[in-house]
Amino acid sequence: MDIEKRILNHDKRAAARLISMVENKDPEGLRILQNLYSHSGNAYVIGITGPPGAGKSTLTDKLTKLLRKQDKQVAVIAVDPTSPFTGGAILGDRVRMNDLSVDPGVFIRSMGARGHLGGISEGTAAAVKILDIYGADFIFVETVGVGQSEIDIVKNCDTTLMVMVPGLGDDIQAIKAGVMEIGDVFAVNKADRDGAKRTAREIDMMLDFNKELEWRPPVDLVVAYENKGVDVLLNSIMDHREYLLESGKFHEKRVANAKSEIVEMIKERIERSMLDNSRNEEKLDALSKQIVERTVDPFSVVEQLFEAYIASVEAK
Amino acid sequence: MERPIRVLVAKPGLDGHDRGAKVIARALRDAGMEVIYTGLRQTPEQIVSAAIQEDVDCVAMSILSGAHNTLLPKVAAMLKAEGAEDILVIGGGVIPQEDIPSLKEQGIKEIFTPGTPTQVTIDYIKSNVAN
Repeated sequence: MDIEKRILNHDKRAAARLISMVENKDPEGLRILQNLYSHSGNAYVIGITGPPGAGKSTLTDKLTKLLRKQDKQVAVIAVDPTSPFTGGAILGDRVRMNDLSVDPGVFIRSMGARGHLGGISEGTAAAVKILDIYGADFIFVETVGVGQSEIDIVKNCDTTLMVMVPGLGDDIQAIKAGVMEIGDVFAVNKADRDGAKRTAREIDMMLDFNKELEWRPPVDLVVAYENKGVDVLLNSIMDHREYLLESGKFHEKRVANAKSEIVEMIKERIERSMLDNSRNEEKLDALSKQIVERTVDPFSVVEQLFEAYIASVEAK
Repeated sequence: MERPIRVLVAKPGLDGHDRGAKVIARALRDAGMEVIYTGLRQTPEQIVSAAIQEDVDCVAMSILSGAHNTLLPKVAAMLKAEGAEDILVIGGGVIPQEDIPSLKEQGIKEIFTPGTPTQVTIDYIKSNVAN
């Protein structure tokens, strides 16, 4: 049976293979995903982000188990950093989710970020679609946890869960722009530790600064390791989902997500085509030396390369 | 872009010694591979299920408990039953020489015993995964 039919028949191996194909930019994989695209859109996508060691994987494990009790099909995409030097990666999120491995209603896929900034790997968005088509009701996307540049996750998810822990910094961290603004639901994990309530209070204060929020993100204290507070947290996620659906924001958000996806794909395509075009290592090295010697400036170099690229495109 | 080789590094059985597995995981990462590390005390069922979901090219198991004659062939057999016999299965750890021929007959393609330089394992994986 071909891979398209197998995925529609909920075949794990076929879904796993298609994710690899698309991740590796295999044109055949892309064609299959195009054909199947109309079958996607049914899964609810939850992004989980937060600093390394905050407990994202452990929390994902516990949330997944709760959803399994409700007989939901769950998929988890766990992204870990790729070495910028070797291209290798150690993907270790499964360690925290070992007993989910053999649950037939759970599909866990680890992915390397493969050099994509923002903590979301290029293949992640495609993997979300494939697991959606495969039949997941809920998909968790767990990010690298690099800290303050993970805004990308919002563009791939319906609800973004921000996992914080006590003791990471003072309250000025909480008012910095960026990550703190993307959470739809906040969890303060390791809440059995000193300072957890203070951390929660600081997040609350940051959130209450903006009085005009239509959706005020809840801040829940959890101890993922001991499975404490996870049921409340899942309810908060479901409340956000209900809010999105009832307010009509769900559709709006998905349209916005689709738009930013188009922009991302165009950017990537132009980047690849332009770099392929001007990727002459010797020339780039020579120009870089001149920049350091201050005989040229980087702005003019980029201008020249870009114009040469445009000219080559027009010549075609 | 060159496709990175994906390897599942697993510790089947009940011994708690994961230093070797971690050293291998790190060496494979430095060789440009994507290593899915699953941690200690994995059942064959967990290993096979993870290997399929992760669509790996290779399953590398480290075992020091003495249960290799039972656990390693079981993983190879279960992968075959799932139609995933194209995944390269290798093992490492404290495995007596006299056990190796029978393990190889049962689908464990290579066994790396203590003292094997990591480069030997890297080269073996690179030249023996499918494609």
